[in-house]
Amino acid sequence: MDLRALGESFIAMLENMGIPEGWVLLINWVLGALAVLVVALLLAIFLIWYERKIAGRVQDRLGPNRVGPWGLIQPFADALKLLTKEDITPDKADRITYNLAPIIAVFHILMLFLVIPFADKVVGANINVGVLFLMAFGALGTLAMLMAGWSSRNKYALLGGFRVVAQLLSYEIPVGLAMLTVVMLRGSMNLNTIAQGQGGVFGLGWYVWILPAVFVLYFVAALAEGERAPFDLLEAESEIVAGYNIEYSAMKFAWFYLAFFLNTWVLSAVAVTLFFGGWQGPFAAQLPILGVFYFFLKVFIMFFVFAWVRATFPRLRIDQMMSFCWKALVPMGLALFLAVAIVLKLGLPSAATNALLFIVNVVILFATLKLLGNYTKDLSHNKNKRLFAPELPRL
Amino acid sequence: MLVQQYGLIGVFAVIAFLFPIVTLAFTWLIRPKRSNPLKNSTYECGIETVGDAWVQFRAQYYLFALIFVVFDIEAIFLFPFAVAFNKIGLFALVEAIIFVFILLVGLIYAWKKNALEWQ
Repeated sequence: MDLRALGESFIAMLENMGIPEGWVLLINWVLGALAVLVVALLLAIFLIWYERKIAGRVQDRLGPNRVGPWGLIQPFADALKLLTKEDITPDKADRITYNLAPIIAVFHILMLFLVIPFADKVVGANINVGVLFLMAFGALGTLAMLMAGWSSRNKYALLGGFRVVAQLLSYEIPVGLAMLTVVMLRGSMNLNTIAQGQGGVFGLGWYVWILPAVFVLYFVAALAEGERAPFDLLEAESEIVAGYNIEYSAMKFAWFYLAFFLNTWVLSAVAVTLFFGGWQGPFAAQLPILGVFYFFLKVFIMFFVFAWVRATFPRLRIDQMMSFCWKALVPMGLALFLAVAIVLKLGLPSAATNALLFIVNVVILFATLKLLGNYTKDLSHNKNKRLFAPELPRL
Repeated sequence: MLVQQYGLIGVFAVIAFLFPIVTLAFTWLIRPKRSNPLKNSTYECGIETVGDAWVQFRAQYYLFALIFVVFDIEAIFLFPFAVAFNKIGLFALVEAIIFVFILLVGLIYAWKKNALEWQ
């Protein structure tokens, strides 16, 4: 089944019915938009079950298992419950900002779904600035959380909002640099084109084999961008109760919850598209529906890794987290960007370039780990309380 | 082609913005509305809150935001360079390296000034 052909035959059918061309286009847009919306909402429902099940298994529990087979209906029950709950707005809150925050949170996460290629050319909007679109709308989530934290007029919420600004803004830089390096390698910002460039049997063309250090950089920064442990300081239950969404209840809380899960899914989907070939797989070129299957399979494996890390690692301190971003990840990202740019301009044959890129990546990754290890060793030797606070050598 | 893709984004933006509003309006119809002053007070830890939350806050957050702005704009400037990378010559690469190094000096300056230390 070819999904593009299906769409085109539908357009032809509408035109045959005598509807003017402008209206056909509009109907097409609205249907496309509704399809993306439905996919996103169903995914959110499923992801909540998936994450709870993984967390349960990692912690030696069963996870949800009462409502429906394997507890699959549990998220629907939760959603219905949240739908009928009383909505409490604190008297002191800034009402306009308070009510706008969850709307913007949902808006920004749904917009991100538009540019993710589910299969070859099966993408909401196949625009040629896809990566820039991701960065632009990704940053809007920070605004929604800051609005929620500030307008609640609650000290914990405000602290959570501040931490959002400090953490999400800082970790956007390594994510951006990692994306930049991939864009440079492919020479295009279109996510579908980036996925197309990663063909080859048994996934040998995946960029993760050429740029392993860039993937590690992206993954670590994405953990922080997705507010996941070990970087979940913005909603650290034991420190600031729930962070920015403490005063939210009922459906407004549900929207933040949905944005949180979909955000991680989008981050895994971008990781798969940039580094693991997107929809590429055996016979995906002949059967586009297989591409959808491969894409979702890869993304759910990626999501599993995110959930696994979240369920396993303890939380960092905020000073450690900020130092780690600015003193380790940002220099590493800049070094990778420059190294990849120089290697690509050497003009070697493509196999030699790829091998050299791999070597350069591994060298930079191990150099970063070695430097980090040295700092930790020195500092723990000196019985310093600040376990991770690297200093520049004296000039 | 271009209008088609961006038209979809425009339509989707409207739908994505209206969707949460419509759902919130729907829950407003069916949810119970029994508020009282105690329920609507600020929830911090159970007892009455002391002081206002809207106070002056640390300047440290501004410092991080400033460094972020510099580096984010750097990334945005480098995206066109990265897209055109295969078509441009060695000179553009040297320029990009100089550009990154200028910003690196800024990062080292902030580092030496202890602006990156969380106190």
